[in-house]
Amino acid sequence: MADIVLDHVYKRYPDGTLGADDVNIEIADGEFIILVGPSGCGKSTTLNMIAGLEDISDGELRIGGTRVNEKAPKDRDIAMVFQSYALYPHMTVRENMGFPLKLAKWSKADIDKKVTEAAEILDLTQHLDRKPANMSGGQRQRVAMGRAIVRSPKAFLMDEPLSNLDAKLRVQMRTMVSKLQQRLETTTVYVTHDQTEAMTLGDRIVVMKSGVVQQIGSPQHLYDQPANLFVAGFIGSPSMNFVPGTLENGGLRTSLGNLRMPDHIRRVLEAADAPREIIVGIRPEHFEDAGVVEDHLRDTGSVFSAEVDVLESMGSDKFAYFKIEGERAMSDDLAQLEADAGTADVPDGGGQLVTRLSAASTAREGQSSEVWVDTDKMQIFDPHSGANLTSRDPATANA
Amino acid sequence: MTATAPANKKVGWSVINLIVILYALIPVLWIVSLSFKTADTISDGNFIPRSWTWSNYAQIFQIDLFTSALRNSIGIAIISTVIAVVIGTMAAYAIARLDFPGKKALVGVSLLIAMFPQISLVSPLFDIERAVGLFDTWPGLILPYITFALPLAIYTLSAFFREIPWELEKAAKMDGATPLQAFRSVIVPLAAPGVFTTAILVFIFCWNDFLFAVSLTSTSRSQTATVAISQFTGASQFAEPTGSIAAAAVLLTIPIIIFVLFFQRRIVAGLTSGAVKG
Ligand SMILES: Nc1ncnc2c1ncn2[C@@H]1O[C@H](COP(=O)(O)OP(=O)(O)O)[C@@H](O)[C@H]1O
Ligand SMILES: [Mg+2]
Repeated sequence: MADIVLDHVYKRYPDGTLGADDVNIEIADGEFIILVGPSGCGKSTTLNMIAGLEDISDGELRIGGTRVNEKAPKDRDIAMVFQSYALYPHMTVRENMGFPLKLAKWSKADIDKKVTEAAEILDLTQHLDRKPANMSGGQRQRVAMGRAIVRSPKAFLMDEPLSNLDAKLRVQMRTMVSKLQQRLETTTVYVTHDQTEAMTLGDRIVVMKSGVVQQIGSPQHLYDQPANLFVAGFIGSPSMNFVPGTLENGGLRTSLGNLRMPDHIRRVLEAADAPREIIVGIRPEHFEDAGVVEDHLRDTGSVFSAEVDVLESMGSDKFAYFKIEGERAMSDDLAQLEADAGTADVPDGGGQLVTRLSAASTAREGQSSEVWVDTDKMQIFDPHSGANLTSRDPATANA
Repeated sequence: MTATAPANKKVGWSVINLIVILYALIPVLWIVSLSFKTADTISDGNFIPRSWTWSNYAQIFQIDLFTSALRNSIGIAIISTVIAVVIGTMAAYAIARLDFPGKKALVGVSLLIAMFPQISLVSPLFDIERAVGLFDTWPGLILPYITFALPLAIYTLSAFFREIPWELEKAAKMDGATPLQAFRSVIVPLAAPGVFTTAILVFIFCWNDFLFAVSLTSTSRSQTATVAISQFTGASQFAEPTGSIAAAAVLLTIPIIIFVLFFQRRIVAGLTSGAVKG
């Protein structure tokens, strides 16, 4: 076990692509850290540099305090689980799992003992003599895990290990990975493009975009205090709503109407010298049907009315989708998020507002509804830099 | 109607298969038949011999030249095959996996060698081998065989290597393997079907060669079986050695059949399935 430090690490590919751009991450011993971001953001590049499968162009990588830039993968004592599982097809499950130990010149008896032990943990005992070709995706995945854990390495690296599984199995395996990591207490770097996986698994999350680390923090921290529009839009499902707004005479005018400006936000905006045109970000759960909001709360927010486009009742609560007129919030970060989600050219003039209302809401599809918004919780972003002006987190407001 | 359509198709294919098999097999069977005929019935035109005899086979083993030639053929073909396959495997791996300057040129040159008319090289090779003392030796044949077998080996093998998922090699590296260990215990076993296919092709090429063998050898020291057969003489000056030639030809095909049968079991299609999610 060991800590892993990426110190101003760069990766320049021969064709000039900057795969990793000044990446700084300090991963504590035993920590479960997630690299997350849209496809092509440099997650695999970063992971492969830690593994030693890609050279580091610049900067330093330290594992357990020693520089390992020049060390071959086999000398780093790190195990990796690949998205494709990468099992050796000509070996049985037993041989696959024992392979790292065989290379480390363990005795036959010791290998057998260790493999049997790992197979028990992973529920693979009855499959030990099968070949990977006739196993299911989930089983292969577990064999890949088994091969990684047998030799108790300093760290585990996993590159989208669950993305080839179907949705239900993915949830099961997610729990398994989480339990396994807690049990082994081995430093783990886990790559995924799925924010749900990131939120549920990690001690800390590293959000990346175009090779640049956007923010590092606990899942809750990233959710509550996103450093910029990109993180705000990427973390959370359904994602945060963004509406363009104008700061005027101490008030806030948006397409939802004039919103109440809480004192603490006003102070931060003044201190940050906010531009006139801004983007307001509000999470779906910070809306409520005005009819069910308790009176003493009504004054801490604003109420607007709009027509319910679609209503999805989930039993415990209701998701109401509103069409909002006027401009859509525009910024590079948001454009990139939309491109990634494939919603860039969904034809809706203004934009859609996703709200989560309580089950008691009387909102009806096609009818106008009064909606209350908790303005204390709104976040204000600079449309040009994308920075979160209301973030109370100075350390991460630098992106 | 729907049931008979596939049945018709099946019959059609069977007929075509049968024709192809007969086309390929009848000359072979004819030779086999000739090899069992007695000298006086050999030209009677019967497909099934009327009187059977082993004498043709017995006869060729009395020719010293033939037994030594058989030894030479086996030795030279096996050594050439092993060397060509080993070198070809490594070269093909480099071509399939690595990006190095001059890669295209290398592939081009090896293709050029394969296309080069061998007959035009015979007299220069003859002169060179005479000058350096390789004429009428095993290495004198093994060297040109390797040269001409290598392009073939590299081509077939690099096609196989390209099919092997690269991630397997990365996985091996992460599991603690040196590049050589990864190559030996992961890549080569997976490329085995390719290696065996190549081995068969190269072996057949060396085994069947007549041109180099007849030009670069002169005595029983290194003459191969194909050459020996061409030098059979009949019982008298006027008798054609048809029976002996047929028997020798049948004998010569046996090692190839054994070789193919032996390796065929290892040529299992889809060996790589299950490595990565397909
Ligand atoms: N071998 C390579 N040569 C050139 N560019 C590459 C190479 N590998 C990855 N890239 C580029 O680097 C960027 C990051 O890639 P990658 O780390 O694989 O992304 P992710 O794993 O986050 O999807 C992408 O723009 C990709 O096109
Ligand atoms: Mg990737």
